[in-house]
Amino acid sequence: MKPFLLGILLASTISCLPAAAQDKVRLIGSGASFPFPIYSAWFKAFGKTSDGVTVDYQAKGSGAGIQDLINKTVDFAASDSGMTDDQMKKVPGGVQLLPMTAGEVVLAYNLPGVTNLRLPRDVYPAIFLGKITKWNDPKIAAANPSAKLPDLPITVVRRAESSGTTFVLTNHLNAVSDEWKKGPGVGNSVNWPTSDKFVAAPKNDGVTATVKQTKGAIGYIEYSYAKLAKVENAHLQNRAGQYVAAGGQGGEQALAAAKLPPDMRLWLSDPDGASSYPITTFTWMVFYKKYDDPKKAAAVKKMIDYCLSEGQKISTKMGYLPLPENVVAEVRKAAAGIN
Amino acid sequence: MPEIASTQPLDQGSAANSISAPPSTFDYVADRGFRWLSAAGAALILILVAAIVWEIGGKALPGIQEHGLDFITSTTWDVKEGRFGILPAIWGTLYSSLLALIIGGIFGVSMAIFLTQDFLPPQLAAIFRTIVELLAAIPSVVYGLWGIFVVVPTIRPAADWLHETLGVIPFFGSSLSGPGLLPAALVLAIMILPTVAAVSQDALRLVPYKVKEAAYGMGTTRWEAILRVLLPAARNGIFGALVLGFGRALGETMALAMLIGNSNQISLSLFAPANTLAALLALNFPEAGPREVPVLMYAALVLLAITLLVNIAGSAIMSYSNRQGAVK
Repeated sequence: MKPFLLGILLASTISCLPAAAQDKVRLIGSGASFPFPIYSAWFKAFGKTSDGVTVDYQAKGSGAGIQDLINKTVDFAASDSGMTDDQMKKVPGGVQLLPMTAGEVVLAYNLPGVTNLRLPRDVYPAIFLGKITKWNDPKIAAANPSAKLPDLPITVVRRAESSGTTFVLTNHLNAVSDEWKKGPGVGNSVNWPTSDKFVAAPKNDGVTATVKQTKGAIGYIEYSYAKLAKVENAHLQNRAGQYVAAGGQGGEQALAAAKLPPDMRLWLSDPDGASSYPITTFTWMVFYKKYDDPKKAAAVKKMIDYCLSEGQKISTKMGYLPLPENVVAEVRKAAAGIN
Repeated sequence: MPEIASTQPLDQGSAANSISAPPSTFDYVADRGFRWLSAAGAALILILVAAIVWEIGGKALPGIQEHGLDFITSTTWDVKEGRFGILPAIWGTLYSSLLALIIGGIFGVSMAIFLTQDFLPPQLAAIFRTIVELLAAIPSVVYGLWGIFVVVPTIRPAADWLHETLGVIPFFGSSLSGPGLLPAALVLAIMILPTVAAVSQDALRLVPYKVKEAAYGMGTTRWEAILRVLLPAARNGIFGALVLGFGRALGETMALAMLIGNSNQISLSLFAPANTLAALLALNFPEAGPREVPVLMYAALVLLAITLLVNIAGSAIMSYSNRQGAVK
């Protein structure tokens, strides 16, 4: 990854040479790895058009990014799980969270011959709780009358390390299942049931590979990974009772139905809307409310503006969700408070 | 010394002179310097180890104070509740390393015998040796991926059969669900193979040729010579190879993190997912909060202690068996 970052840096530096007369500003950010592909594409393109502003982003993980922001070693951070009140208190001048893009978490499965598997709202939490252990369970069969469900044990593949993806999934499960709320709860890493049929793999790629290699496996990954690796993912029943597939309009519907509070922290734990995809999430960039250097503040605003306008155009292609118009307007309003 | 730059006859004279000349100041300085340098090198190793233990110990101290021995004997790892226990990880570390040592040890030592005892023409043996040593150059991540995509599907039919027919035996007590102890141990065995094979080869090659000739001279067959004479003579070196291999297995990280299944449970079953200390550390460090860092450091300290104990036990066994041999 280092040479890759260096490449971005070099490319943006070279493209800035004609503008050398103007002031150069270099912004440093760190944090979530889930939006890293789209962020690096944005920053590379932004560096070419920005008259001397370059952005370096390091995908260290949401927690590490927030820590860097609190320690003031970066200019901005990125996080999949937002920021807690305690963390926000640790930054004296205050912080501004801004949703920049959004994504879906899918339940990828490996059942030869079974496509478009439907999972009801009471079934998938039970799977992750280890209560439903066979694929031919009557509850799964009832939702999939035409599918030939095998008599296979369900192997749950989870993330081995602390992860924003786990946060998004558990946040949703927490909203739909009381039993989940009383048990593992919400977090970047939770106490999963102990069983021979629960295995953990590192990173999105690790979970994807393990699901692909294991018959009867189900795991949660970002939609972009499922799309890339071509693994089947389940249609999930949303709040309105509809079964929705990831990757269609469902994600955008869920975002459009969202009403953002002033601090922009909104977790779509169980989105409204008839055709919303249930496990949808914003991912945030976190900025200081006040920058000591006015040039830096200007650069930050320029970057935000680029991401909200030009940046959104490539979202769908990269497997992310473009922010709906109303959300972009809200975010712009909030961004105006940074100086 | 101006003579050196002069013509040839004089040159010879100076060369003859220098043989019997007293050591020059430069010789003194070089000699002293070298002695200091080696002493410093030796000291540096000790200081480095001490510094590492000091640093890890210092950071682990809050964790040790908070969790005490519970940390080593409990089995839950729950970041949210602040309950941390590494018994399953200790169990998994020892179990997987031991399995790997048994498999890798048998293959490594037999490979060393095969390559040193004239079974192959020398050139072919050299090629084989290079190939085995190449195994050491493969990155851990590649082993992990190879494990997921090749080893797991390969052993699955056998694992399923064993579980279905011999499921009452605890070793086959659960069905293989992809990652688990056996695939991890198999990959680990291949990873320690180059170490075990290379060091054992050196040990076997150090046995004087005369010993072998003497054994043949007494009318032994090839196998008797190898098993009764050569292996006992190279015993120390081979044992050292196994200890080194075990140490390598204990500390292996990335391949195991991908293959072991990272499940906090203690099970005898070869097909059940497990956890290891090194995998636990590698996976949790990048996003560890202030609450987790001390306990992870504590876990690192435990891993360090296990490695140390294994090495001490290794040398103790070795010196004991040497004494036994001497008495006979």
